[in-house]
Amino acid sequence: MRTENQKAWFFVLPVLALVAFNALVPMMTVVNYSVQETFGNNQFFWEGLGWFEQILRSDRFQAALGRQFLFTAMILIIEVPLGIIVALSMPRKGFWVPVCLVLMALPMLIPWNVVGSMWNIFTLPKIGLLGYFLNDVLGINYDMTQQPLSAWITVIVMDVWHWTSLVVLLCYAGLVSIPDAYYQAAKIDGASPWSVFRYIQLPKMKTVLTIAVLLRFMDSFNIYTEPFVLTGGGPGNSTTLLSIDLVKIALGQFDLGPAAAMSLIYFAITLLVSWVFYTLMTKDDAQ
Amino acid sequence: MAQIKLSNLRHSYMPTPKGPEDYALKEIDVTWRDGGAYALLGPSGCGKSTLLNIISGLLTPSEGQILFDGCDVTALPPDQRNIAQVFQFPVIYDTMTVRENLAFPLKNRGVDPATIARRVDEIAQMLDVTDMLDTRASGLSPDNKQKISMGRGLVRDDVNAVMFDEPLTVIDPHLKWKLRSKLKELHQRVKATMIYVTHDQTEALTFADEVVVMQEGEVVQIGTPVELFERPQHTFVGHFIGSPGMNVLPCEAKGDRAVFEGHEVMLEGPAHGDGGRTDLGIRPEYVGFGDTGIPAHVTKVSDIGRHYVVSAMVGNTALKAVTEHSVPEPGSQVFLQFKPEQSRVYRDGWIATEERAQ
Repeated sequence: MRTENQKAWFFVLPVLALVAFNALVPMMTVVNYSVQETFGNNQFFWEGLGWFEQILRSDRFQAALGRQFLFTAMILIIEVPLGIIVALSMPRKGFWVPVCLVLMALPMLIPWNVVGSMWNIFTLPKIGLLGYFLNDVLGINYDMTQQPLSAWITVIVMDVWHWTSLVVLLCYAGLVSIPDAYYQAAKIDGASPWSVFRYIQLPKMKTVLTIAVLLRFMDSFNIYTEPFVLTGGGPGNSTTLLSIDLVKIALGQFDLGPAAAMSLIYFAITLLVSWVFYTLMTKDDAQ
Repeated sequence: MAQIKLSNLRHSYMPTPKGPEDYALKEIDVTWRDGGAYALLGPSGCGKSTLLNIISGLLTPSEGQILFDGCDVTALPPDQRNIAQVFQFPVIYDTMTVRENLAFPLKNRGVDPATIARRVDEIAQMLDVTDMLDTRASGLSPDNKQKISMGRGLVRDDVNAVMFDEPLTVIDPHLKWKLRSKLKELHQRVKATMIYVTHDQTEALTFADEVVVMQEGEVVQIGTPVELFERPQHTFVGHFIGSPGMNVLPCEAKGDRAVFEGHEVMLEGPAHGDGGRTDLGIRPEYVGFGDTGIPAHVTKVSDIGRHYVVSAMVGNTALKAVTEHSVPEPGSQVFLQFKPEQSRVYRDGWIATEERAQ
């Protein structure tokens, strides 16, 4: 006869308490705000799903969401292949390995707001090194404070500079774990360099690549500090990504209800897309 | 299929080797007959894998030549040498099915699809993997993966040689003998020259027609399993092959006799040369017990199933004897008799007695 032992629940309690304090409780306040209206004085009026409806229907939210998806798509399209290419061309052994690894890790060690300020000063027309060089030496009309296209390019290049290393380091870890015998067997089998990549390197990198794509998706989808410091969401609203817009609503306008509803929608989208990525990328293993 | 000749081969992993100790391979001269089954046997680090990689073209030797049927291939890359190699750990293209794995070397060489399909079916049948042809290769057990690795080598019907680099290392013991006999069977069917690297004497002796025993970058003896067992050319071979290995006992040589711990032992023939470290070599199988002979004190008797291994002390020297019956008690005094035609003197490791004309 099987004995039911309910004692096990007690052992789960500490974790439950921890999760409650760092996730569930703060989250519940957001849920609380998202269904009510407040004018201060701790007075609340029941609003139901009104805020959600308003946010989802608003042009402002849809535009910010569109910009956010565009930004994240560009980041993934550029950083993942670039990261793989850089990882493939890094040396596998010898003196240059640690040098390359340190160089790769450096951008990631810089605090986010510092990255934003660095690129801001670097790219300012007239006084920034790059801004000056592009405008006055190459004669390219570039001004990220005035032109939306310039601002977008700058924000994307900054993120590529900051985060491609993550993809590189993860892919590199996957690559160095491939035993030499695989490359030797491929040589003997007469495989082309493309076949080696397609049938040996890519499959062996798959696990780390899944992690890299997920991390880059989540981080770029939730990005705030760097574009905020660099462009502040401008010129106009052209680089106002979701998180920047959210902070404007919550802290700028102090519309706590709509901001809370937007946070939850934001969170749901991040979760959903991450799940879709994960499911698609691990589909083969399940078979 | 080809005859493989290694001529004055030397290899060092250092850019500027100075003395012989810098060489992983020292002076190798071997000729392997077309269609033979050979084993390279030696302890880890003796240079056997280096030698294998030189033959397959994964490494270029520092000095010397490799000839396939008289043709110098030293400078050719692996894919142009037309060889196949099976590695210690099974190499499988994870994303492909078994069928695609087997077809891969042919596809890369632009063979037409009909021929590929025919060859893959043939090889799959030989290896008993026909029923798993359409499953993903990544899910197979290690022994099946290793079979597929072999299959990828054998699928080309023009291979000069198939090399095995300790292919049974990761295979479960009870499947080892199965795969080994499969290999032997394959060799008889495809008749390709096969070279098998291992540090396991059982694998080497059961697989090969001829075994090349290596030690510290040198070939110490090439011979059939019987030759290696019956007449080791070097104490290393005697010790490395056989279980337990040959007794190597310090002695003095006097014509066709050796003096060991004050007792005279008849040798197979007169020992030549003088000086150096002189040892008497005799296999435990040829040490018998009798009423007269060399007095010894039995220290231990191990029952290893088929026979008993008796450890004994003669003076201050330990030796082993193998016996099937008349097992002495540990602690008892016995008399040992050495079979003269199996007693040899080795000087500095190398055999120094001549076989007596029969």
